Amino acid sequence: MEFDFGAVLVDWRLLAKGIGWTVGLTAIATLIGMVVGVACAWARSSGPAWLRWGVGTYVELIRNTPFIVQLFFIFFGLPAAGVKLTPETAAVIAMVANLGAYATEIIRAGIEATPRGQIEAAVSLALNKVQVFTRVVLPPALKKVWPAMVSQIIIVMLGSAVCSQISVEDLSYAANLIQSRNFRAFEAFIIATVLYLALSVGLRRLLNWAGPRWFFGR
Amino acid sequence: MNDFSLWDILRNLLMALRWTVALSVIAFVGGGVVGALLLFLRLRAGKALDRAIGTYVQLFQGTPLLMQLFLAYFGIALLGVEVSAWTAATVALTLYTSAYLTEIWRGCVASIPKGQWEASGSLALGFGEQMRHVILPQALKIATAPTVGFLVQVVKGTALASVIGFVELTKAGSMISNATFQPFVVFSCVALMYFALCFPISLYARHLERKIHVHRR
Repeated sequence: MEFDFGAVLVDWRLLAKGIGWTVGLTAIATLIGMVVGVACAWARSSGPAWLRWGVGTYVELIRNTPFIVQLFFIFFGLPAAGVKLTPETAAVIAMVANLGAYATEIIRAGIEATPRGQIEAAVSLALNKVQVFTRVVLPPALKKVWPAMVSQIIIVMLGSAVCSQISVEDLSYAANLIQSRNFRAFEAFIIATVLYLALSVGLRRLLNWAGPRWFFGR
Repeated sequence: MNDFSLWDILRNLLMALRWTVALSVIAFVGGGVVGALLLFLRLRAGKALDRAIGTYVQLFQGTPLLMQLFLAYFGIALLGVEVSAWTAATVALTLYTSAYLTEIWRGCVASIPKGQWEASGSLALGFGEQMRHVILPQALKIATAPTVGFLVQVVKGTALASVIGFVELTKAGSMISNATFQPFVVFSCVALMYFALCFPISLYARHLERKIHVHRR
């Protein structure tokens, strides 16, 4: 048994492109997914009853089905219902839907931990409903749940490896392509795995640094 | 071309659901056993081993399950053993589950106050006795809810075994969808079956969690 990692690393351009797609998809999904999460968390904690029920159903449906099935449903199933999507769009939609559902629950937990007195104080200062939510409730809630949020974003990034199954050219797709050319399957997947590990470590650092600066103040 | 009725689709999917359940149970039980062993090693052995197991956990939590499956599939083959999708999926999912469970349980044991260890130690209980009579009864109570909750992740994780050719619910869905040209119906059914499997487990986990919190109050 001998290994030849060089045979895989020769194709570093493919790997780099794959990393680009994985990072890009994750970035877009994170930004939109967080917005979805905040909106749904608001709807679930203070929306009308029908909206609460609707969001609850969405969250439970996503959290209790595998990502790969959600992806296949969107990419293979929706065209039959008249919605045609490119693999990349389908991947983004699936990732946003997935992250959005988990983010909803995470952020809601943070919102519910807000002391009533803070909201009453804000209202007594004549802030309106939107201001109370965006300035008083949301920032400390995000701060409280940020570690859980970071973990979830990393889980979504790792889960996105499945998108290669609908021919999105991400990192796992690159590994598959390389091993289909040189038959160095084990080496190709070891390298891809190490790269994923590096991405998740890097992403955790970046988000821990970026969270306090960009999302909820210091 | 044959016409497939909804019943034909459902029947075939239900047949495949068995394998999803079987793989989930094997991975969960196997992962539980390995996870428990790792937990004991971690509590018992020195710093070096503790750190090694910590790295093991981080490796599995920081890489995609899909890559772990591929590595198991191609890695076992390198050892000169014939690998079926069954073997690879079982090995990968068992290790994956063990990493998560050992970490969950370690957290539960760590939440037991240090005084409990000291008190039982001063009563001359050995490690095994301490675990059996003092630590585990308390830790198990906290551990049930997150453990049951993780079972949902395992069930969903088995869907990835379809990628290496293991015919469970997701793979069966792809095959049936290719044969019937009804991907919308087929994948809706697949999703609903996973939901029917996972949602009760989620609810039960939440119920357990609520019970603990009531208990504490």
